[in-house]
Formats: sequence, C-alpha cells, structure tokens
Amino acid sequence: MEAFTTHTGIGVPLRQSNVDTDQIIPAVYLKRITRTGFEDALFAAWRKDESFILNQAPFNAGSVLVAGPDFGTGSSREHAVWALKDYGFKAVLSSRFADIFRGNSGKQGLLAAQVAQDDIELIWKVLENHPGTEVKVDLVSKTVECGNVVAPFEIDDYTRWRLLEGLDDIGLTLQHESDITAYEATRPSFKPKTLPAKVDA
Amino acid sequence: MGKTLAEKVWDAHVVRKGEGEGANAQPDLLFIDLHLVHEVTSPQAFEGLRLAGRQLRRVDLTIATEDHNTPTLDIDKPIADLTSRTQIETLRANCKEFGVRLHSLGDKEQGIVHVVGPQLGLTQPGMTVVCGDSHTSTHGAFGALAMGIGTSEVEHVMATQTLSLKPFKTMAINVEGTLRPGVTAKDIILAVIAKIGTGGGQGYVLEYRGSAIRALSMDARMTICNMSIEAGARAGMVAPDQTTYDYMQGRPHAPEGADWDAAVEYWNTLNTDADASFDVEVDLDADTLEPFVTWGTNPGQGVSLSAKVPSPEDFGDENAKAAAERALQYMGLEAGTPMKDIRVDTVFLGSCTNSRIEDLRAAADIIRGREKDPKVRMLVVPGSARVRLEAEAEGLDKVFKEFGAEWRFAGCSMCLGMNPDQLEPGERCASTSNRNFEGRQGKGGRTHLVSPVVAAATAVRGTLSSPSDLESAAAGTLTGIAV
Repeated sequence: MEAFTTHTGIGVPLRQSNVDTDQIIPAVYLKRITRTGFEDALFAAWRKDESFILNQAPFNAGSVLVAGPDFGTGSSREHAVWALKDYGFKAVLSSRFADIFRGNSGKQGLLAAQVAQDDIELIWKVLENHPGTEVKVDLVSKTVECGNVVAPFEIDDYTRWRLLEGLDDIGLTLQHESDITAYEATRPSFKPKTLPAKVDA
Repeated sequence: MGKTLAEKVWDAHVVRKGEGEGANAQPDLLFIDLHLVHEVTSPQAFEGLRLAGRQLRRVDLTIATEDHNTPTLDIDKPIADLTSRTQIETLRANCKEFGVRLHSLGDKEQGIVHVVGPQLGLTQPGMTVVCGDSHTSTHGAFGALAMGIGTSEVEHVMATQTLSLKPFKTMAINVEGTLRPGVTAKDIILAVIAKIGTGGGQGYVLEYRGSAIRALSMDARMTICNMSIEAGARAGMVAPDQTTYDYMQGRPHAPEGADWDAAVEYWNTLNTDADASFDVEVDLDADTLEPFVTWGTNPGQGVSLSAKVPSPEDFGDENAKAAAERALQYMGLEAGTPMKDIRVDTVFLGSCTNSRIEDLRAAADIIRGREKDPKVRMLVVPGSARVRLEAEAEGLDKVFKEFGAEWRFAGCSMCLGMNPDQLEPGERCASTSNRNFEGRQGKGGRTHLVSPVVAAATAVRGTLSSPSDLESAAAGTLTGIAV
C-alpha cells in the first residue's frame, strides 16, 4: 500500500447525507474481476445528470470529497473505495462513516477523515463560493485546511499508523503466525469444518 | 463485572491481544471459524493470493456458493450476460485451484450464501463468521459474531484465517411483549431502524433481547439480525436457546453424539450475564407494533403501514429534511398520501432477509384461495435450491403459480438486480429485501421494504396492504350481501 502523509487537491462539496454504496458504485459494475478500472463506475447513475457536481469543472478534477453524514452506508463492496480511488480521490471528509466503508478505505490507502458537521458546513461554503479551492489533508497533524477554515479530523491511531507507513495487513499478521497455530490447537472438536462436505440426501 | 454475549464470543477468539489500552489500543487479532465466499467479492482476493504465492490457510473452514449473479430462470443454460458468466466461471476456477468447496448453480446446496450456511448446520452458536457481504450479520441469529468484510479482508482471512479488529461497543435492543397477528420479525427490525436511524448502530454490535425475540423462530431471528447492517451496526446477535438447538440438531454439519453434548454445554454459557452492562439500551414495544413499510430511499425512512407519507417539514434536522425531499421526489410520492393508497407494479418475495421456508409459507397462507391483482407482477425467489425443493414438497410452488406469481430458482435476484431480475425506471415494488436505495433494484426503480405477509397482501390488492385489510375486505363483502 502507498503511504499517505499529506494531500492537497481540489475539494468537491457533495451536500448529501446517506450516500450509500449503491450510489457510489451501482451493483452492475461489481461484475468485474479486476481491482482497477472502476473510474467510470463512480456515482454512475448520478453522473448521467449534467448538473451533478462531478460533471462541472473544476470539480471534475477534484481529489478531496466533502460529503454529508453517514457516507458509505450499505454494502461491504470494496469496489466503492476502488472507484473513488480510480477516479482520483485521495480523501473523503464526512462527519460519520459506515463502519465497513471506513475499514475498506483504510486497507486501500483512501483517507476517511471524520470532520465535525459544523466544519463540513464551513468547508462546503468555501468550496461553493470559490470553486476550485484546494483542501489540504494532513494526516500527521490530523487537520484539514480549506481557504480560511482549519479543522481537526478524527481517525483511529492504528489506521493512521498503517496509512503513514503504507503497511500491508497480511504481512503484519503473518509475523504472528505462531500465535495462530497455537490458537488452532485449542479449538474444540465440536466446531464444524466445511470439509469433508456433508449434505442431506 | 459480567460480560455480554458479544464480549464472550469475542474473547473466545482472541489469537493475540492488541497492545495498548483504550482509544490508542491496537486491534485484536481474532480467529475466524467460518469464511463464506461468493463470486462478487472474491475474485480480487484470490488474485491477491496468487500474486503473493499464498494458499488458503484453512480451506476446511471455507465454503463458496454462487448467488449474486445467477439467473433465476433457465439455469441449465449458459449465463447470457457475459460479465456475469465470467465472474461465475472465475469463482469456479479459483475454487478448483485453491481447493475450496463450492456449491454451483444446479447443485442442491446452491443458494444465497446466508441461507446456505445455516441450512447446512455450518453456522453455530459462539462462532465467528465472516463473508464479503454486509448481510453476514444474518448468522448472528445463532449467537455467532458474524460480520461483513471487504475484499482486502477476504484475502486476509483466506491467507491467515484471522481478522484484525477493534472491539465494538454493545447495544441492547429490548423487544418485550407479543406481536399481533400479521406483525412479523421484519416489522420489528424496520421499526428498530426507523427508531435509531441508519447510522444509529455504527460502531456497535446489537443484541436483540426480550420476550418478543425469544418467541421467534430461527428463520425470523435471521430476518432481524440480517438487517442490523441497515441500522449501521457491524453485527447483530440473539443468544442461543432451545429454539436454536432444535433448529441445529440433525443438520449435516451439526455436532453429533458426545460432540453435541459438549457443544450444548458450551452454547448454554452464551448469554449476557445478569451483571453485564451494555453501552446503550433501546426499548421497543412489541404489543403496539404494526406492519411497517418504507416510504423513502434509505431503510430508516419507514412508517407504520397505516400512516401517511411524511412531509420534509416533519423533520427537524436539516440533513434529514433535505434527504426526505430528495427521497419523495425519487419515489414519486406526495407528502400526506396514505401509505395504503400507494399502488405497486411488482411484488418481490425473496433475498437473504426473507426467502427462507417460513417466509414462503407465511406468504402462501395469505394468497391461498385468493386472486392476484392482474396488474401486479409477483416474483417468488427461494433463498436456496434446498428451500425451493422443500417448498415444492409442501406444494407451495403450486399455490404461488395458481395465484399467478412467477416461481423462480434460488439466488439474490431482484434484491440488487445483478442478474436479469430488475425493475424498470419508475416501476414501483413492494419488496421483502433489505435496501430501498435509489436504483438498487434496477435503475430508476422504486422500492418499498415490507414483510412477506404484507408483500402477499399487496399482491392481492395491488396497493400496499396488510393481511388484516384482506379480512376486512372480505367482511365488507359479506356485510354487503347481508344488506
């Protein structure tokens, strides 16, 4: 995973709450078997509407999405994160994220920064009054800057550390493989196994 | 101090405790007892393993099936949609290469992944269960800690059989009382979501408790736990009891003999201690609950079926007001319209929320001997091939067919429309599924989430209806004759 320290890019105000994963990427785009190439799928239904914010310059070149509360609700599809990244987004700001979306972001190096709704409102105003204003997201100091607005954001320390270091989860876990082996030896015999397969007649 | 059910299951699976305390603590490494796999969220994970030269650590704790993309008609023919076919074929090739047990289309055990696990007896109390699908919360009905994960985590579980997780907070959902006839588990969970909101459960594991929950069957408990994610929660649980054990016993992978006794002894410890405390408690009165239905485009936008479409002005919060305005526009509804005046085009009975045998029986009981509104299309999609066989053995397929409904093969189907079962733009659907998001069931489609009995009554009348509306209509006719 690529390390993340700071990012500065055009902010995109998305004045909407409950932006669910079916809006971020409709299910029809989940049929692909690759991990990249989802840029056309991002907000696919909304992008058919010319007035949608990502169809307007300079927002179409944005890389910091500033959304309403409860961003990423719904499905576990990591494709939502892949689509945001493939389009060019490096960070999403919201006052509340769905748990699975937040977790998926952390795995893929997309920063999900939790910013108080009052600060989101201030940033929206700056971005709407001065389209093209850049937002600086600083993971070291856990702050966002946009015009004259400077606001703190929350992110859990573990995810922050992994993002700063660009660490791979599987590699980290396998450092503790002996612990896994020791745990496996203690599992009771009544716990089920999928193999050999048993089925009713 | 005692522990909650969720804490007990968590603690029993800690492979390695994260260093540090409180907010700065590293995550715990938890062992995963069962990993369920399907075609949509696994190809990139298998590819990751292949690129890193890794194998599955525990292929004997992994099982795959095909559900999201599978057609529900002509299942013996090649899948027409090329990208869907490629995804299914990729799963088949991956399972073969890595040695994963797979139940493919046409197999008796194929079906929606969350219906297949429990019916095989692979889902058991006290387990950790994961799947690259948010509705994995379904398995919590057995007192398992079950959660949806993303594809990176799917790969992590494949490679290590563990997950790094930060402890969740706990929320008790206390549902006391007795449900009235025609009111079901689906109405309980829709009412819970309307009460706490789509973000209300974020960061929590929910434990459903109280006399109304204890009285529910396993199928009904699965409906409730299934939609925990719609309240934002990562997982939902019900403590196991005799109902759970009766369901488990004799299933293909349930323990036998001495193992069964040892298992039950352990399962009996899986309940929240009397002196344990939850971070939050929420109460819901089962006695006064009515059939529930959604009017908007998120599952928290629901009301009693006897209520009216709300007005944006009813919401104090500016975001909720804006969301309501947008939802009414998308749904093509006017504030103040009685919910029961809303006419639907399609009724969908299916999905991991409501496609088990009891759901089909309940709907069949409503429509038996009645006629479908001729303008309404009704799709019945059993949750698994085995549920379909079971229903056919009971003659339920005939009831649905005589009524004029389409009797389909198993899969996720119109819940998310990854296969050809989709709504047309503007088409309105009473659906027993779990999400009413914009475009979820097809671009421009309009979804009202309902229970199976409300879906059935709606198919009879053509407008959103409760089973009691059918009785009063019949009574009205009789009165008319008498006069």
